[in-house]
Amino acid sequence: MQDLAVLFKGNNLARLLGGLGVTLKLSLLSVALSVALGLVVGALMTLKNPVVRAFFRLWLETVRIVPQLVLLFLVYFGLAKAFNIQISGETAAVAVFTFWGAGEMGDLVRGAITSIPVHQRESSAALGLTSRQCWQYVLLPQAARRLLPQAINLATRMIKTTSLVMLIGVVEVLKVGSQIIDANRYDAPQAAVWIYAVVFFLYFLACWPISLVAGRLEKKWA
Amino acid sequence: MSNQPILEVKHLSKHFDGNGVLKDVSFTLAEGEVIVVVGPSGCGKSTLLRCVNGLERPDGGEILLDGARIDAGADLVQVRRQVGMVFQSYDLFPHMDVLGNLTLGPVQAMKRPRLEVEAEAEKALERVGLAEKLHALPRQLSGGQKQRVALVRAMLMHPRLLLLDEITAALDPEMVREVLNVVLDLARDGMTMMIVTHEMRFAEAVADRVLFLEGGSVLEEAPPREFFHNPRTDRARQFLDTFEFDAVK
Repeated sequence: MQDLAVLFKGNNLARLLGGLGVTLKLSLLSVALSVALGLVVGALMTLKNPVVRAFFRLWLETVRIVPQLVLLFLVYFGLAKAFNIQISGETAAVAVFTFWGAGEMGDLVRGAITSIPVHQRESSAALGLTSRQCWQYVLLPQAARRLLPQAINLATRMIKTTSLVMLIGVVEVLKVGSQIIDANRYDAPQAAVWIYAVVFFLYFLACWPISLVAGRLEKKWA
Repeated sequence: MSNQPILEVKHLSKHFDGNGVLKDVSFTLAEGEVIVVVGPSGCGKSTLLRCVNGLERPDGGEILLDGARIDAGADLVQVRRQVGMVFQSYDLFPHMDVLGNLTLGPVQAMKRPRLEVEAEAEKALERVGLAEKLHALPRQLSGGQKQRVALVRAMLMHPRLLLLDEITAALDPEMVREVLNVVLDLARDGMTMMIVTHEMRFAEAVADRVLFLEGGSVLEEAPPREFFHNPRTDRARQFLDTFEFDAVK
């Protein structure tokens, strides 16, 4: 128990919270970009054009099959090696997570849109609504309700997966945690358990509010 | 009643994958008239209705609404604002309450003031016996109640013409009556309607004229009394016999 004191030694707690800040910054940026792009990608995925379909199919399969870590390495080390393009770890991370998130989000949006019965579109057309009005008042509100649970799931998965970026040199909450543990390995050998528990708790704090909001919206929309 | 018919359909044809679904269909519909389209399933009744408000594009012929062509290149959004349609599966918007369903068209498509539309919607809902359902969600309503709301929703657009596509086909028998009563009321008020139905007794009661469709062609066009009691073609007689069970006993 006394090894928990490591947490309050020096500026350890502040550093850990700083690491959480990096995690949140990368996650929020990636999730926001993924949602914005995903809406467009999803709408495009509903098109019947074979070229468009093939393109998005390839994209989606790529992000599903290739592990996120491999994508991170490809972008961070691969670009530098092959084209001598140097980007920061954080930029690489946001790029990879957005590439992944926009593809997955697009597929969720596509599913939500196509699951709305064609009659909804027809009966709003029969009411003299324009195509834009039909999307705005009839299709998108229903798609959003169908989308919410899966989108929340994707967002929390993205937040958790940002822990991989420590492997391309980005110092986020998990990396700070292991730095603290390493620095105190001899004085406080049991600190690892406590520090990781705190990191676990911080991830929980990051994801929990999202689940709360989602739960409330689902109840309201049910 | 003016001389110009509200709806004129001339030599209409429509194909799906090379199969003729509608073949040279012609008829007119005068203001305040109710025409009922009957025929075996797959005869093209629904396709005919869907052509009239532009949900399907005909391959040949003309459709004129108040003398203006609506088939090729017409502004279908404008057409649909004048032609109401109610479907078999009600198709209320599930994420809006009844009031929201009723006001969406008039407020958004017609740009009418919300308060005025809401007052009208409330009154119209009362007329079909659903005053207390103003803020209910569609899933809290029975099938018959949903279909009555769908009828009110279409009527609030003040259409020139109302199309009803088998609106009782998905309903339990005891709910059919409450929906058909609303339609009979509309007919009494002089609403011009084109109705596809399998309720033959209702068809006879509500129709001014009956159109019998078979294989995409109009085989008979007659007043209801004549069609139901003295059909001219054997095919119509056979069709009408399928609704009788006396012969089975």
